[in-house]
Amino acid sequence: MRILRLALRRLAVSLPCMLIILLGLFLLLQLAPGDAIDALMGQMGSSDTALAETLRQQYGLGGGVATRLAVYLFNLLRLDLGFSVAYNQPVLTVILQRLPVTLLLMVSALSFAFAAGMVVGVLAARRVNRWPDTLISMLVLIFYATPSFWIGLMGILIFAVKLNWLPSGGISDLSAGFTGLRLVLDTAVHLILPTMTLALIYFAIYVRITRASMLEVMTLDFIRTARAKGLKEGAVLVRHALRNALLPMVTILGLQAGAMLGGAVVVESVFTLPGLGRLAHEAVIQRDLNMLLGIVFMSSLLVIAINFIVDLVYARIDPRIEANG
Amino acid sequence: MALSIENLSVRLPRHADRDYAVRDLSLNVGDNEIVCVVGESGSGKSIMASSILRLLPEGVTPEAGRILFEGEDLLRFPPHAMRSIRGARIGMIFQDPMTALNPLHRVGDQIAETFRIHTTLPQADIRARVLDLLGQMHLPDPARAARAYPHELSGGQRQRAMIAMALALEPKLLIADEPTTALDVTTQAQILSLIRELQQRNRMGVLFITHDFGVVAEIATRIAVMRHGVLVEEGSAAKVLEAPEHPYTRELIAAVPSLKPPSKEPLQPLGQAVLSIVDVSKTYRQKGRDVAALKNVTLALRRGSTLGIVGESGSGKSTLARCIVRLLTTDSGAIEVDGANITTMTTVEWRKNVRRVQMVFQDPYASLNPRRKVGDLVAQGPLIHGAKAADVYPRVRDLFALVGLDPAAVDRYPHEFSGGQRQRIGLARALAMDPDILVADEPVSALDVSVQAQVLTLIADIQRKLGLSVVFITHDLRVAAQICDRVAIMQGGRVVEEGMAADVLVAPQHPYSQALVAAVPGRRWHAETDV
Repeated sequence: MRILRLALRRLAVSLPCMLIILLGLFLLLQLAPGDAIDALMGQMGSSDTALAETLRQQYGLGGGVATRLAVYLFNLLRLDLGFSVAYNQPVLTVILQRLPVTLLLMVSALSFAFAAGMVVGVLAARRVNRWPDTLISMLVLIFYATPSFWIGLMGILIFAVKLNWLPSGGISDLSAGFTGLRLVLDTAVHLILPTMTLALIYFAIYVRITRASMLEVMTLDFIRTARAKGLKEGAVLVRHALRNALLPMVTILGLQAGAMLGGAVVVESVFTLPGLGRLAHEAVIQRDLNMLLGIVFMSSLLVIAINFIVDLVYARIDPRIEANG
Repeated sequence: MALSIENLSVRLPRHADRDYAVRDLSLNVGDNEIVCVVGESGSGKSIMASSILRLLPEGVTPEAGRILFEGEDLLRFPPHAMRSIRGARIGMIFQDPMTALNPLHRVGDQIAETFRIHTTLPQADIRARVLDLLGQMHLPDPARAARAYPHELSGGQRQRAMIAMALALEPKLLIADEPTTALDVTTQAQILSLIRELQQRNRMGVLFITHDFGVVAEIATRIAVMRHGVLVEEGSAAKVLEAPEHPYTRELIAAVPSLKPPSKEPLQPLGQAVLSIVDVSKTYRQKGRDVAALKNVTLALRRGSTLGIVGESGSGKSTLARCIVRLLTTDSGAIEVDGANITTMTTVEWRKNVRRVQMVFQDPYASLNPRRKVGDLVAQGPLIHGAKAADVYPRVRDLFALVGLDPAAVDRYPHEFSGGQRQRIGLARALAMDPDILVADEPVSALDVSVQAQVLTLIADIQRKLGLSVVFITHDLRVAAQICDRVAIMQGGRVVEEGMAADVLVAPQHPYSQALVAAVPGRRWHAETDV
């Protein structure tokens, strides 16, 4: 009941948030000179203004800014994201084709970063200021400081080119025509390098946060209470310390979902993955306004959804969160 | 003999301010008695208590001696054997019930955990035992308390839950480390009587750590006094309380303020009211509900006198203090300083008057900015109000001398001072503005009893020298008795009784004031020594 009320409240805040994002982006893109028709005419090598005008009418790109915005928002309500000039397909269709790859990449990278970061962070906290802690802190700093595209390229060079253990790009081996379990396995193998590339920075952040919050929680009074009950050190750690230390980590998880979407653009380009990030990159170059807005709509939906889930998880872990607090 | 500590020495880590937290200490706790260990902060009493269950902070290690529990030396136990003692044969409760329970687990589950660790009882039996235990702690609704999360219970209820947890398996020995220090006085009285009741029924030994001689007088069978890690005196409660031998014990007992106000010469013809609080109300909105913090409070402070505002947590006394210095706005009513209503002043007008009412805060550790020199902190107020630095700094040095600090210390940082010294700095900071009214919000409650006495004397001296009028907020009736001319008792946002300190504290009229006075620990003891 408490969590349900919280969910409704958060949902009510999310909607205006999304509207503001869309408005801002729509107006910003109006400032840039040229539109999709200009880009299309350029590709065709034509400069016939009459033809351009006909095309504009056809694709709904005529009229003033206000009219186009109103039409766009109205269509959005019916989940109609418009028509992509460059792909000659409805925007929604294209996005839905690309979305699973990005989702898969984000979810696997986020889960790896969170889980591994938590385990390594707890390890570092338990051995604080001794050599395992120092070693972990050093590695983490290196991961944090290295740009992800470089890690990706080095990963390809070592594991794909030199050792030939892993594929260098793509989401699955199209020529093999796998189905069922083989396809899942093949996709997983293809995802190893991109996931690692995207996840390492977040892994580093999680190690640091887990370590710091574990160290803080371990000094709190209830840890001493748990020990005074006769609980084993491992149980003190997991049942009493870790759950409290999770709270700041969960908060960060929501904040990073958006940043991770940005990182996905780079990683998808490096590993030639057919995801949302690469689509966005292409849409900018082709001035495909409808496509770009559709992607922004989708990704803001995604970030809001993740934050929504994170809020609920947080409320589930921490009974002190009030529905109207 | 439940517990016998023999020649225990506990070493502190290098770079600590001394080498040993506990030095060559021997102490016995019998099977059926309450032994109180009394000492001020830094006496090593808590370290001594923690070393019994070997719950010492990292780097602090027992170096010599034995801790015999039922004839076996706990210091030689391997970790798993030690765990089978903790919580089962020796229970322990701690000072702050707010933080000693895990905020994320239900209270019932936390008590049940003790059973799960040490017994193989089935789930249903454990649940029944937990409810039974909570009932024995005199919690009004045990089932609800078991379901609740710690933040849903009051401080007293949480401490009862802690005691239930410690006594779940009927240990032979209970170690209680300042178990009532964080509680209100009426709650404290209830918890003390609960501990005594359970001790007698279970016939267990209790090692009770405290800094408060009043509490000792309520509960102790035997008393041990510690200073700087050394046991200075030990004996039966009657002997130590009535005929202390060691000078330090005498000093400590003398520093406990009496509940009976000293017979001062009646105040010179009482001056005009310098501060009038007329029908002030204040409501907080919290979690969608309205909480009335102040309800139609009317009080007057006469020039040159001290008005004590006494109450438990949630009584509204701190809200009132904050309204007087306009850190909070009031909902209705008037607060008049020399006839001028400060609640209706504009910000500009208030700024011209702000120097007239100054505040001293409770926590000497948190109320001074750690990154600024203390001299600058004291000078800050006058400088903001346009005084010249060349005039202010010599005055700051004078103020330091006035509050009993070395004027050369103005260049140091807050962390270089002790709690009592910091409170003196806080006082100098308030005095730098040359106020007419000083609002002191629990200025001595974070201090040791001997330091507390010094700071109280200082405030009284300065008041006389400068002709200050003081509003003194406190929860401690003994302190109020020593320093206040008049006392107002607050409960739930209302003033339930107001009058001369000697009347209110000696012969209270309102039922709540009577309950409050009756709950003061060691009341009967000190009444005897005074008369």
